[in-house]
Amino acid sequence: MKAATSLTTKLNMTGMSPKMSGLIAGSLQNLVIPLAGIVFFLAFWSVAASNINTSLGKFPGPNAVWTQLNSLYVEHNEERTKEQAFYERQKKRNAERVAQDPDYVPKIRSYTGKETFLDQIVTSLLTVMSGFLLAAVIAIPLGIAIGLSKTLNTAFNPVIQIFKPVSPLAWLPLVTMVVSALYATPDPVIPKSFLNSMITVTLCCLWPMVINTSVGVASINSDLVNVSRVLRLPALKHIQKIVLPASIPMIFTGMRTSLGIAWMVLIAAEMLAQNPGLGKFVWDEFQNGSSDSLGRIMAAVVVIGAIGFFLDRSMLQIQKFVSWDKTSASR
Amino acid sequence: MSELLNISGVDMIFPTPKGDFTALTDINLKISKGEFVSLIGHSGCGKSTVLNIVAGLHQATIGGVILNGKEVSEPGPERAVVFQNHSLLPWLSAYENVELAVKQVFGKSKSKADTKDWIEHNLRLVHMDHAMHKRPDELSGGMKQRVGIARALAMQPEILLMDEPFGALDALTRSHMQDSLMEIQNELNNTVIMITHDVDEAVLLSDRIVMMTNGPAATIGEILEINLERPRDRISLASDVEYTKLRQAVLTFLYEKQRKVEPINSIKKSSDVVHNSKNEAA
Repeated sequence: MKAATSLTTKLNMTGMSPKMSGLIAGSLQNLVIPLAGIVFFLAFWSVAASNINTSLGKFPGPNAVWTQLNSLYVEHNEERTKEQAFYERQKKRNAERVAQDPDYVPKIRSYTGKETFLDQIVTSLLTVMSGFLLAAVIAIPLGIAIGLSKTLNTAFNPVIQIFKPVSPLAWLPLVTMVVSALYATPDPVIPKSFLNSMITVTLCCLWPMVINTSVGVASINSDLVNVSRVLRLPALKHIQKIVLPASIPMIFTGMRTSLGIAWMVLIAAEMLAQNPGLGKFVWDEFQNGSSDSLGRIMAAVVVIGAIGFFLDRSMLQIQKFVSWDKTSASR
Repeated sequence: MSELLNISGVDMIFPTPKGDFTALTDINLKISKGEFVSLIGHSGCGKSTVLNIVAGLHQATIGGVILNGKEVSEPGPERAVVFQNHSLLPWLSAYENVELAVKQVFGKSKSKADTKDWIEHNLRLVHMDHAMHKRPDELSGGMKQRVGIARALAMQPEILLMDEPFGALDALTRSHMQDSLMEIQNELNNTVIMITHDVDEAVLLSDRIVMMTNGPAATIGEILEINLERPRDRISLASDVEYTKLRQAVLTFLYEKQRKVEPINSIKKSSDVVHNSKNEAA
């Protein structure tokens, strides 16, 4: 701040218009200072990294991570070319068989190559999204019902308070067992591991969403509720016209909190259960123990952080789009 | 004039952890069609509770309210309420706020064009047609209250209940609003119960002023008939002998007969505030 203002005074002295220097001060605050923070962090990181020696070599600095990110991308492309080549070979072979023997029904086998880093990102994102959406579908109506009815609130509150502090990872073994017991088809369309991770995500998203929604609904201005009573709005119209618009900021606070938690929990769940995703990638690299492993794990850490940030920003944008009060999203 | 509303033997008792609290006792009041009645009294005397019971938002512990020969048991649009702090839905424009009420009350009995006309007519009545499509946060306090009144009028209520409608407005805006309300009354001749703590407002607008004693166990102390000719004009009334007399009668009731003794604490607090603001100014 101080540096910025002293700079602007200097700029002023060079004869710039106040508006121009104001603009420069603004971009200083919004761009230059955060950039400086990042540069400082990178410098600190690379100095610290070069001083940490592990059994797998030096701790990866920014350079090593950048190299690994590139090589992960290259590996992904190579894997895709291999896959394509596999399907082309299969197609050719089948065509030859059919040419020799017209009665032959060609078998199509899917490619079973290793999942690349990018595949794991996609898997994790899909899991977190579907778990989150499932939780929202359950939690928002439930939260509205609890917020509207004191009786329901008293009934559900102890249950919610007990399950809220439970780490979703504690549920993971139970979820795994229940899913394998109930979802016992020989050829599942949705892999069991996906369901396990998804339900774990749902379980951890549920509570913040239910609590925030119900608090938002219960704290609607009583005058607005009275307006609805005077108009004798039917229950559904009351929810649609009064309750939902009034509690949207709180509902979104709950959704953002749970999405943040969900993303953290999902990575841990994938590590623990060896379910496909970024968590498995990290764990596999750790078990691998090559000289590249630490760099790859660090690359994953950076990507996980970036995706978490991106998820939160997206929720903010959705909130801005949905909410009538555009300022509520900036809080 | 025929009797429209009968508040009969109403007691209101609120259960509290320290035992029952009697807010109102033995409230009896009959109101005729087209009458403008003000309820005046010190704060905390239960004026709003009376209004809420008529609105159906509260249920009287003993006694009840009869409107047009039917007992009031729940809120309804035939007893439209204008709330003190406008209570517009902040996510809807002025037009949409009135529309919500009109659609709910008249439903399909009005055609689309009629609905639109009726909404615009009511907004014009309160002089808000120029800002119909603005949202409450873009309107001033007085304008919001105008929309609130338009919303209540648009329900075509049998009785209009106003809970300190101008209490949150500055003095100048308040006089404008009072003039507007008189103008509307001139045209529609609604039956109105208005709560106020403003003596001038009560005398200027009402046919009768109902003065309430202090709580707890508040009841109706005196009822004052205001037989000033309508239309009334605030400037010529200011030097009117009858007006001055009526005004004095209300003041005497409020400040001699029902004088509210402020506890020492609150006086001390208010002097503290003055002291602080002086410090800040220095």
